[in-house]
Amino acid sequence: MNSPAFVFIAILTLAAALAAATLRKLMHAALSFAVASVGLAAFFFLLGGEFVGLVQIFVYIGAVAVLIVFTILLTRRDVEKDRGFNWSGVAIAIAVFGGLIWAIVKTQSLSVSAPEMPALTIKHIGEVLMTGYVWPLLCLGLLLTAALIGALILVMEDKR
Amino acid sequence: MSESIDQIFVRLKQWLLLPVANGPDWLVQIASSLINIFTLLAVFLTLFALMSVLERKILGRIQNRYGPNRVGPFGLLQPVADGIKMLIKEDIVPVRADKIVHFLAPVLIAATAILTLGIIPYGRGMTPFTIDGGILFFFAVGSTTELAVFMAGWGSNNKFSMLGAMRAIAQMISYELPLIITVLPVVMIVGSLNPDTMVAAQSGYVFGVVPRWFVFTPWGAAAFILFFVSGLVESNRTPFDVPEGESEIVAGHMTEYSGFKYATFFMAEYIGMFAITGLGATLFLGGWHAPVRALEFIPSYIWFFAKLGALLFVYIWLRGTLPRTRVDQIMNFAWKFMLPMAFTCIVAAAVWHYAGRGLRGWLWSFVVIAIVYTALSIFLDTRRRFAPRTYRFAE
Repeated sequence: MNSPAFVFIAILTLAAALAAATLRKLMHAALSFAVASVGLAAFFFLLGGEFVGLVQIFVYIGAVAVLIVFTILLTRRDVEKDRGFNWSGVAIAIAVFGGLIWAIVKTQSLSVSAPEMPALTIKHIGEVLMTGYVWPLLCLGLLLTAALIGALILVMEDKR
Repeated sequence: MSESIDQIFVRLKQWLLLPVANGPDWLVQIASSLINIFTLLAVFLTLFALMSVLERKILGRIQNRYGPNRVGPFGLLQPVADGIKMLIKEDIVPVRADKIVHFLAPVLIAATAILTLGIIPYGRGMTPFTIDGGILFFFAVGSTTELAVFMAGWGSNNKFSMLGAMRAIAQMISYELPLIITVLPVVMIVGSLNPDTMVAAQSGYVFGVVPRWFVFTPWGAAAFILFFVSGLVESNRTPFDVPEGESEIVAGHMTEYSGFKYATFFMAEYIGMFAITGLGATLFLGGWHAPVRALEFIPSYIWFFAKLGALLFVYIWLRGTLPRTRVDQIMNFAWKFMLPMAFTCIVAAAVWHYAGRGLRGWLWSFVVIAIVYTALSIFLDTRRRFAPRTYRFAE
């Protein structure tokens, strides 16, 4: 954990996250958020979670970040306007952070030493998803399809 | 003899690594990566230069004119002149532009384009960057392009740029779906996301004559065509070049870029093109495998680049042949035709697999594709239902 790569990625991620929270221009904040999620993906790579890291980039840069910048662009007239600093947001963030830290410290799995796992390959993940977890996967797919159709209905033009 | 020529670049790399072979592991790793990176950049930037002049020559031939023929023999040194011109041009940044975002957009777009080149197997044992989820890496990094295009459009603070960026992102997101879904049948049949495994799965011949490439199965042929069209859209090429339709919105998201930054965008576009055609050749055209057993003495990398060149020629050919499509036509085509056909490819591949991967499977999957294709063609035929055209502004 003390490798130079870890320190470098940690600094990059934290700086980007801090920038996302404090930058005055909304668009800069959104782009900093994208950099922060690249940092998280780099962490997954460092821990050997190749699949999770790639999906992190795929979903958070390819979809979520694009979605956020589009939302900013399409909803705000005052993209360029400075926004004031929101202290209630800081309080909520600290509360969530404290709660997460508390949950992590209290959890059982930290005291139990992890069993020796074989290297997790993408093939293995795929097999597990297609056998043991096929029903949750299908439910998730159905939910996403329903969301897609719902979004289409929301934006559909009225015929008359 | 032929094997030593086939492995000449691999040997060369091993020979270059000899001086550091006794050093620590990280040194060998870094040296090896650096050699890969420099080779990749050298090869593909040369190919970019060659492609830019060949494209103009071929377009000239198609349009019955000469094309560049002043610089060097047959105009082959034209890219050198272009490069010098681009380098010494003034770099103009608009006053109202968002300076940082405006600067970072070409950097990001070039970096992601070059990264995607890394996972493609260029020959036997010649993959620069071996990773278990190579295909996933390709698309994950490729999806970053959309953000870069958006940065270019927004950072320029220009309405042409913004409109171009919006168009580009809309069509790229729409066609990313069929692009990825057409890859899924190959992933299903091979059972791996690793490009090397995919190439290995296409070795050998059926009846000793027809190579075992996926393009020779019905689902593979359909998926390859869909993949090729989606690739055209992803690289913003004619007939899908609405994001930079120069007759409408100047140059789209590149309007406010000049000099070397513009050249960087141009380069990223071409390198993205090489990457997507390279992936197409790897997935469907057997990668570096020879098409006939008698020709297997020709080195593997020559076969790969021959396939790449053939696909790139089709790109140029289409550019010289087809007019630009409208935005709504592109979108309709993506969601009403490409997506259902891409899903059909998955079903057809499953049918092919469960019917025994033989002649029977071939016929059954052909039937599946034919039925869906015919049904879609009838269902989407708009000729009979054209409403009378209404003009909103020019009555």
